[in-house]
Amino acid sequence: MPEKIKLAYLLAGGCAGCDMAVVDLSETLLDVLPHLDIVFWAPTVADVKYKDLEAMPDKSIDLGLVSGMIRLAEQEHMTRVMRRKCKALVALGACASLGGIPGMANMHTKKDIFDTAYFDTYSTDNPEGITPQTKCLVDGKYELTLPEFYENVRPISAVVEVDYFTGGCPPHHSFVGAALMAVLEGKLPPPGSWLTSGKAVCDVCSRNPGLKGQERELIKEVRRVVDGQPDQEKCLLQEGYICLGAVTQGDCNAQCPGVNIPCRGCGGPIPGVKDFGLRAVSAIAASMADEKLVDQIDCPAKLFYRYSLPSSILGGKLK
Amino acid sequence: MKRIEINPMTRLEGHGKISIFLDDTGNVENAFFQTVELRGYERFLRGMPIEEVPRTVSTICGVCRGVHYTASVKAADSVYNVEPTPTARKIRELFLNAHYVEDHCAILYALGFPDFVAGPTASPAVRNLIGLIEIVGVETGRIVLKKRRSAVRILEMLGGRPIHPVAALPGGWSKRVTEEERQEILALSQDLVELGQMTLQVFDDVVLKNKGYMELVLGDIYKVVCNYAGTVDDQNRVQYYDGTQRIINSKGEEIGRFQGKGYLDFIAERVLPWSYLKMPYLKKIGWQGVEDGEASSLYCVGPLARFNVGSGYDTPLAQEAYLKMREALGKDPVHNILVYHWARAVELLNAAEKVRQLAGDESITSDDIRAPLGEAVGEGVGIIEAVRGILIHHYKTDKRGIVEEANLIVATTHNKGPINVAVRRAAQSLIKDGKVDEGILNMVEMAYRPYDICLACATHTLPGRQPVQIDIYDSQGRNYQTLKNF
Amino acid sequence: MSDWKPNIIVFACNWCTYQGADLAGSLRYKYPSSINIVRVPCSGSIEAEYIVEALHKGADGVLVGGCHPGDCHYKEGNHKALRRFNLLHRLLVDMGVEPERVRLEWISGSEGKRFAQVMNEFDATIRKLGPSPNGRNGNA
Ligand code: SF4
Ligand code: SF4
Ligand code: SF4
Ligand code: FES
Repeated sequence: MPEKIKLAYLLAGGCAGCDMAVVDLSETLLDVLPHLDIVFWAPTVADVKYKDLEAMPDKSIDLGLVSGMIRLAEQEHMTRVMRRKCKALVALGACASLGGIPGMANMHTKKDIFDTAYFDTYSTDNPEGITPQTKCLVDGKYELTLPEFYENVRPISAVVEVDYFTGGCPPHHSFVGAALMAVLEGKLPPPGSWLTSGKAVCDVCSRNPGLKGQERELIKEVRRVVDGQPDQEKCLLQEGYICLGAVTQGDCNAQCPGVNIPCRGCGGPIPGVKDFGLRAVSAIAASMADEKLVDQIDCPAKLFYRYSLPSSILGGKLK
Repeated sequence: MKRIEINPMTRLEGHGKISIFLDDTGNVENAFFQTVELRGYERFLRGMPIEEVPRTVSTICGVCRGVHYTASVKAADSVYNVEPTPTARKIRELFLNAHYVEDHCAILYALGFPDFVAGPTASPAVRNLIGLIEIVGVETGRIVLKKRRSAVRILEMLGGRPIHPVAALPGGWSKRVTEEERQEILALSQDLVELGQMTLQVFDDVVLKNKGYMELVLGDIYKVVCNYAGTVDDQNRVQYYDGTQRIINSKGEEIGRFQGKGYLDFIAERVLPWSYLKMPYLKKIGWQGVEDGEASSLYCVGPLARFNVGSGYDTPLAQEAYLKMREALGKDPVHNILVYHWARAVELLNAAEKVRQLAGDESITSDDIRAPLGEAVGEGVGIIEAVRGILIHHYKTDKRGIVEEANLIVATTHNKGPINVAVRRAAQSLIKDGKVDEGILNMVEMAYRPYDICLACATHTLPGRQPVQIDIYDSQGRNYQTLKNF
Repeated sequence: MSDWKPNIIVFACNWCTYQGADLAGSLRYKYPSSINIVRVPCSGSIEAEYIVEALHKGADGVLVGGCHPGDCHYKEGNHKALRRFNLLHRLLVDMGVEPERVRLEWISGSEGKRFAQVMNEFDATIRKLGPSPNGRNGNA
C-alpha cells in the first residue's frame, strides 16, 4: 500500500445519498482516513474551494470520486476539472454511472416540468403567471440571475472518460469500503470497467430456484406488490412480481428481495450490457408464459429505466 | 438604484446563491437567497404505481433518507383509504425515530457544533467535521460515529437498505420484525439514548456555559420574527410520525390546525421569478412579501418551530431537557434562530427514547404487517414532521393506484422566506460602510445554517457546509465583491 | 423535406422472411428502395438493442420478419420474439416512438408477393409519419 493516496470527492447533481454512504462507513472511515490525503471534498469535509482544485496540477490527484448526475453547466464544468486533475476517476453510484432516478426527468420536456412545478400543482400560487427566469429585475432595481435548466439529465460518462463505474443507489457502505480498499491496494480491473463482484442479484439471492436445484418456471400472471404478500422463500419473479435481479449487479447482496421487495436495478447492468432497460425487457419477456402478460406491466419506461434512462441508447423520451 | 452591468452567470448552480445589494453609503439595502435547482419529481412520478413511489421519492434527498419515504407511504395509505396495521405503524414510527437520531446527529456534529466548538469566527478550515474531530479528539469522534451507526443499522434492518429504504407498502410494511431483530434493536437503542445524553452534555458545556456564545444565541443578529408550524398530539406534545399540524403566530397565539388535505386551506406557495424554489406563506394572512415581524405571512418549521408550537416532548428525559430550555428562554415563542440547534439536541434524545420504547414493546414482532387493500380511492395526502419540518406529499391516482398528479412541499421550502429574512438581517448587521470580508461570510452562513437548509430536498447538500456564493453589488449595481465557501 | 426518403431496416429471418424477399425479387414484385434488409438467423435472435440501435442511428422504421407461428426453424424463436417485441413495443411507445414505426410480421418463404405488399405498405406508413423524431433532433 502506498503511503498516502490523494483523494478528491465531488458531488455533482445527486441527492447526497452516496455521500451519506461514505459517512455511514462510520468508524471504518476513521480507519481509512490515515491512508488518505483528502485534497478536495466539496463542500463538506475538507475546506478546499473549487478554485483551489482548478489550480492544482493536472493528474496530481490519485483518485477522484464523483457522485450525482449532470443537469447544470457547473456540474459539467467541475466534472471536467476533476477529470483533468485525477489519475483515476470513479463514478460513484447510479446517478453518476447511469443517470439515476432523477434521470427519469428525461421522459418529460423542460416545459412539462416547469408547468407542473409552477402552474399545475395544488398549492401553487402564481397570480402573475410567471416562471423563474434566468435574468430578472426585482422591484425594478435588483437584477438577479439563475442558471439555465438544461433540457436533459446525463450520466458523467457523457462528458468525461470514466475509469471505473459503481452501481447502487447508493452503493451499500460496505461496498463503498470494499471499493476503496481495492483502489488503495491497487487491485483494479482495466479502466472503463465496473467495480463489481460481477454477480447478478439473482446469483446472490436466496430465493433463486436455480440455487436450490429447482427449475425456473414461467410467469403465469403479473402482480404488483399491492396485490399480495409474497412468500418469504420463493422467487419473486416466478410469483409474478416483476423483479429485475437477473440483469442487475448484485453487490448489494440482494437487499430488496431480502425484505420481500423486487429489485429495480439500482446496481446497474450486469457486465457486457450496454442498455439496461432493453436487456431487462428481454429478460422479463423471456420469463413470461405468454405474450399477452406484458400488457399488464405499468409504465414500462419508468420501470425498466428506473435508474438508467439517461444512459440508455435513446437517452430519454423522443421529444 | 440600478445595475448597469450584468455579469455573466457565475458558476454557482445547484447550490444556494445570495445576492446582496448595497446602497450609496455602502450599507445593505436588500438581500436575496436564491435556490437554483429543480429536479421535476412532481412531474416524473406521473404514471408510476403508487407502491413504487416511496422508494423513488426517497432519492429526493439522501440526507433526509427516511422522511420522503415515510410521508409518501402515508399518502399511499390514504390513496387506498386504509390505516396501516398497528404493528406496521409501530415499525414505521420506530424507523422514523431512528432516522431522527442519525440525521440530527450528523447535522449537529458536522454542521452545528463546529461553529461553537471551534468558534464562530474560526477559520473555515477547522469549522468542519474533520476539524471538529481534531478538536474533540478522535476517540470522541469514534464514539459518536459508532453510536450513530447503531441508528443506521436499525434503518437497514427495518427498511431493507440503510439509505433509500424499500420495505414500506400502502397499508403496512413488507417484512415483519423477528424477535431476534427486536432484541438487537433494543440493544442498539441504548446507544442512541446515550448519544442523546452525550450530545446535550456537549451543548451544555460548549454553548450554554459560554457567556459570549449565549449573547450571540440570544442577540438580535440571528433573529427572525415569524409564524410557526409543527405537529403535535392531543396534549400539544411534539410528534413526528403523526398528529395534527398546529400553526401559531409570532406571539404564540394559535392561528389554526390542519390535517391531511386541509393543508391547502393554510398554505400557498408563491412562484418567484428569481428562484427555482417557490416561497410558501400562510393563506389566511395573505401574501405580505418577504418580511418578518408581527404582520408577516411567512412561517417556519423544524426543531425551533416544533419547540414553539408544542408544549413539550413525550418522553421523560427529553421533557426534562425541555423544561430546562423553557426556564432559560421563557414561555413565549423564541425567535432566536441559533436556538434551533438546542431544540435539535433535545429532539435527538426524544427520538432515541422513543426508539427504545418501541423496541421494548414485544407486540412489534407480530405478523399483522399488512392491511388488506381494496380499490384505490384516488387521492391521498401524507404529512409527517420530517427532521427539518413539516413534509407534505399529496397524490392523485386512478382506481388502480397509478399516479396522475403529485404535489410535494418539503421542509426547506416552508423555510424559504424566513431564511431569506435571516440572511438579509445578518448581512445588514454585519456589512457596514461597504466593509466586507471573509469573516462576514462565516457569520452570514451562521444565519442560514440553523435551518439546516437541506437544499438536497430542493436541490442537494451534504451534512456539512452548505455551498453558498454571496454576490455583493454596489449602488450602481456593479459586482462589488463575491464571497464563496466552495 | 420533399426529397426526403425514409430509411427502413428490415431484420429478416434467414429461413422464411429472407426467402420471401428473395422470391419477391425473382418474381419481380416491386418494393421500395427505402427498404434495407438485414439477414438474421431467426427472429428470436433479434435483440431489443438491435432495433433501438437502428432507430437511434437514423432508421425511420424497423420491421422484424419471422416465420409463422409453429414454423420457426428453432422451434420457439418466434414465440420468444413475439413476447419480447410486445414488451419492447410498449416501452418504445412510452419513449415517444410512434407505434407504427416498429413492426413485427410473419412472412414465409413462399409469400413473395405478400413480402412486397407489406414493404410497400410499411414504406407508405413511414412516409406519412415523416422522419423519426430521433433523426429530427438527435439524441440527448
Ligand atoms: S445514486 Fe442514489 S443515492 Fe447516489 S446521488 Fe443518486 S439518487 Fe442519491
Ligand atoms: S428474480 Fe428477484 S427474487 Fe427471483 S431470484 Fe432473482 S433477484 Fe431473487
Ligand atoms: S436488489 Fe436491486 S434495487 Fe435493491 S439494492 Fe439491490 S440492486 Fe438495488
Ligand atoms: S427461424 Fe424464422 S423465426 Fe425462428
